[in-house]
Amino acid sequence: MDRNIFISFGLHTLLVIITAMSLPFLSKKPIDLPPIVSVELIQITDKTNIPFAPKAKKTIEKIKEKEKKLVSEQAPPKIVKKEKQDAIPLPDENIKDIKEIKEEKQNPEKIDTEIKQVSEFEKKDLFDTNSIAALIDKSKVESAETDKKQDKITQDQNKSIDSGGLSLSEEDALKAQIFGCWSIPLGLPYNENLLVRIKLQLKPDGSIMKSEIIDHARMNKPGQGFYKVLAESALRAVKLCQPLRVPSTGYERWKELQLNFDAREMLEG
Amino acid sequence: MLFRYLFILLILIPLKAFALIEVDITRGNLSPLPVAVSPLSIDEESKKNFNKILKKKDLGSEISAIVENNLRQSGLFNPLNKNAFLQEPDIANLKPRFEDWNLIKAQALITGKVTFIDEKLRVEFRLWDVLAGKEMMALAFTTVPSNWRRVGHIITDKVYERLTGESGYFDTRIIYVAEEGPKTNRIKKLAIMDQDGFNNKYLTLGNELVLTPRFSPTNQMVTYLSYFRNLPRVYLLDIETGLQEVVGDFPGMTFAPRFSPDGKKIIMSFAKDGKSDIYTMDLENRIVERISNHPSIDTSPSYSPDGKYITFNSDRSGHQQIYVMNNNGKNVKRISFGNGLYGTPVWSPRGDLIAFTKLHKGKFYIGVMRTDGTGERLLTENFYQEAPSWSPNGRVLIFYRETKTNSKGEGFSAKLWSIDLTGYNEKMVETATDASDPSWSSLLNN
Repeated sequence: MDRNIFISFGLHTLLVIITAMSLPFLSKKPIDLPPIVSVELIQITDKTNIPFAPKAKKTIEKIKEKEKKLVSEQAPPKIVKKEKQDAIPLPDENIKDIKEIKEEKQNPEKIDTEIKQVSEFEKKDLFDTNSIAALIDKSKVESAETDKKQDKITQDQNKSIDSGGLSLSEEDALKAQIFGCWSIPLGLPYNENLLVRIKLQLKPDGSIMKSEIIDHARMNKPGQGFYKVLAESALRAVKLCQPLRVPSTGYERWKELQLNFDAREMLEG
Repeated sequence: MLFRYLFILLILIPLKAFALIEVDITRGNLSPLPVAVSPLSIDEESKKNFNKILKKKDLGSEISAIVENNLRQSGLFNPLNKNAFLQEPDIANLKPRFEDWNLIKAQALITGKVTFIDEKLRVEFRLWDVLAGKEMMALAFTTVPSNWRRVGHIITDKVYERLTGESGYFDTRIIYVAEEGPKTNRIKKLAIMDQDGFNNKYLTLGNELVLTPRFSPTNQMVTYLSYFRNLPRVYLLDIETGLQEVVGDFPGMTFAPRFSPDGKKIIMSFAKDGKSDIYTMDLENRIVERISNHPSIDTSPSYSPDGKYITFNSDRSGHQQIYVMNNNGKNVKRISFGNGLYGTPVWSPRGDLIAFTKLHKGKFYIGVMRTDGTGERLLTENFYQEAPSWSPNGRVLIFYRETKTNSKGEGFSAKLWSIDLTGYNEKMVETATDASDPSWSSLLNN
């Protein structure tokens, strides 16, 4: 009898604890309403599906026609294939849908995307991807050459090079490129941890296949709103910089790369 | 036994593994972020209605121009030339084609629309990350049409906050002393304006000399000093009702009344018994309490945002320097040790810095230091300048500067200037007349 009472008491206590812990709204503070101008939140997901307005469609078509002409004069048709591979998958499903619809329509949409990357592909056509690294700076040329020489010597030496990190000049070239692309948000609290780690999966030409914020969970933690701003700025920098200045050889070595963005030094300085 | 063999075998198998290469990025560029501010789209019907009420032909463009101007003035953004835009506002209002915005090197895009609904102004706006191709923020505001300028400021605040990680300072006002006439017979009036210089209004007639106006934490009240028959008086002024109230007549020289962070007290300095000390006055019961007690001259008190500490300047060391003490006057510490004289210390709303005026070798400097006195940085130098006041986010300082000649090359001139905490982006704030003693309000829409 006593035992049953104890078991019942224990289970009830557990139930009360679980209930108390699963009611987080109790601890939330009420939202202050603006006194003069009312602010209303729009559901983002609903609104992102809005179709193009009929008036807008006409303008888009006009622009497409103009671009079509431009592209046909400049870019060879082969590039279309490459471009598909290079396209970064968008996280938003809605956006994907819209892209698919666009592709069904006609050529202009494909050509349209060609335009924005024409300059990059033109560069690739002019210079072999293997020699891109050599264009970065002279020191890099030297390091690339030494790598090649070492490759020729023995298999063991080759392995040791492959399994190592980037050489100093390779790393410097990559850093210098990203420094120029990263606009640091100046309002970040410099006494907080301002490190964002981003893991990249790269293609042999240095363009980004996949980017992932390692400490993603921190974005949604209370009081870490600045981290989201910082992480987004780092992602923007990576996208703006691509294709990254990676070495011309040893793809296996750097096909996965981790970039540690730390704003603290800049903001404290 | 079999498992043991397998285990040993697994250990011995040479695996070709590559360690993940890590690259540390510790530097970036501080150049302004390229932003495209598309004119907000507006339908013909709404255009007509707003034109009737506000005499504005295209309210969408007007609001976007406010946003653009605010962003440019901040020095952190570079709004792109609208002539380069490939998409019309009505397209941008829906789903932007990111390729087009990418092409003109925009990293962020602001779109939206303006409508006239039930005699009210409704503004929808969206902020897009062009490189990631996604929406970062979408908000709508509904207000009376006459509030249209504030809507532009609120949009800027939201964009600024989303992109920089700190709150904005655009939906704010500045109160200052408007000055006119020759230096020997100067007329000084209290004036208030939006932070961008618009909506300027005079709050006093100019019959009496007014000095050092300061906002209350709620922005509803202003405290200032006025000389009535050559006697200093501390006033309270309700901005919305226009009602004025004398807080008290104080003997001798009285200086710089300022609100406590909770708005319940006023802190100031005045001379009594032959020495100038820091006093507080409780606004409910009007009880005056002496905080500092020293034979020297203690002036310019300013509370820390949490109200626990007070910074002030004093000549107790022989030269005017900056000190910090507890709010009860105990534990007084000198924090400035540089060459020259230090004055008008003001605690940052973020609590991390103290702004000050420094006089050294005949030049005036506006600078900042940490609350323990370390990390002193002089932001700007000139012939005569003083009285810094912080923007509500603690990023920008506004102060006034006197020059020997005005724009016509005659007499002298006093104008308001603002400077970024980094020491860059120094700009003159346009005012209708000469101006001094500025004080920045907190965010109006808080």
